[in-house]
Amino acid sequence: MLADLLFLLFGGTLLLAGLGVITARNPMYCVLFMVLAFVNATALFVLLGAEFLGLLLLMVYVGAIAVMFLFVIMTIDIDFAVLKEGFATYLPIGALLAALLLIELIAAIKGGLFSGVATTPSEISDKPDIIRIGEVLFTDYALPFQLIGLILLVAMVGSIVLTHRRRPEVKRQDVAAQIARKKEDSMTMTSPKAGAGVRKSLFNPKNVEK
Amino acid sequence: MPFHTVTLEHILFLAAILFTLGIVGLFINRKNVIVLLMCLEIMLLAVNINFVAISSFSGDIMGQIFTLFIFAVAAAEVAIGLAILTLFFRNRGSVEIDDADVMKG
Repeated sequence: MLADLLFLLFGGTLLLAGLGVITARNPMYCVLFMVLAFVNATALFVLLGAEFLGLLLLMVYVGAIAVMFLFVIMTIDIDFAVLKEGFATYLPIGALLAALLLIELIAAIKGGLFSGVATTPSEISDKPDIIRIGEVLFTDYALPFQLIGLILLVAMVGSIVLTHRRRPEVKRQDVAAQIARKKEDSMTMTSPKAGAGVRKSLFNPKNVEK
Repeated sequence: MPFHTVTLEHILFLAAILFTLGIVGLFINRKNVIVLLMCLEIMLLAVNINFVAISSFSGDIMGQIFTLFIFAVAAAEVAIGLAILTLFFRNRGSVEIDDADVMKG
């Protein structure tokens, strides 16, 4: 009974947070509502017996994705009030299409699309779900598991390449030039006479005019 | 998971409503690409809830494996999307979709 009440609480808050994401004026509030939605989804996952995925959702979405959104919103400098124009223009057609979609989805669910699945929860396995995931993930799905690592690597390299820029006014370290330097290029030995000092003409390394 | 009255249908309804909210968000936030990406995240979350619910109710772990893959792809998508957005803002000074008309497709 307690689980049912918790489902109502977390599910209701999840829907309210989703509504907040799409209606909030300030994108900062959108991100915070999104975090709220993800935290509630984590609670739902835990209620459903998927503790590992729940915590993973918290780490990946709240810890990484939401922070990335916040970072971008704080970095770019735009007038957010202008961005809400057209809110009412597209609301009717959006609401109409959404109502149609929702009716279709409810019809599909009510129409017995998932009648093969038990309507009551299956009995909890004696193994923790992280062990059950690992047993399948590292055997049958070892290759897709490697592939998602590759996808993440490509995403990382891609976003760095996209956003990286070379600014000419910034002095950079040129490692190759530093290593290629020789002693003769930058140093000369001289023995000045007493009282004469080292004149500029004496300081004449071979490649310094380059 | 001691649910008494909550059945699979209720959870699927919840996910369906959340998915529809994401669709509405795509329509009413036509100007701001950042919020569009957030709406995509909301829709992916609805799909993930479906996967986990069916996985849990049918006692098959495959749904959770698939959710794991969706997490990774969603993270990659957001990273690339925000990188493109940052680049677009740097070049055009705006995050509106309507300004992305250089190619006049």
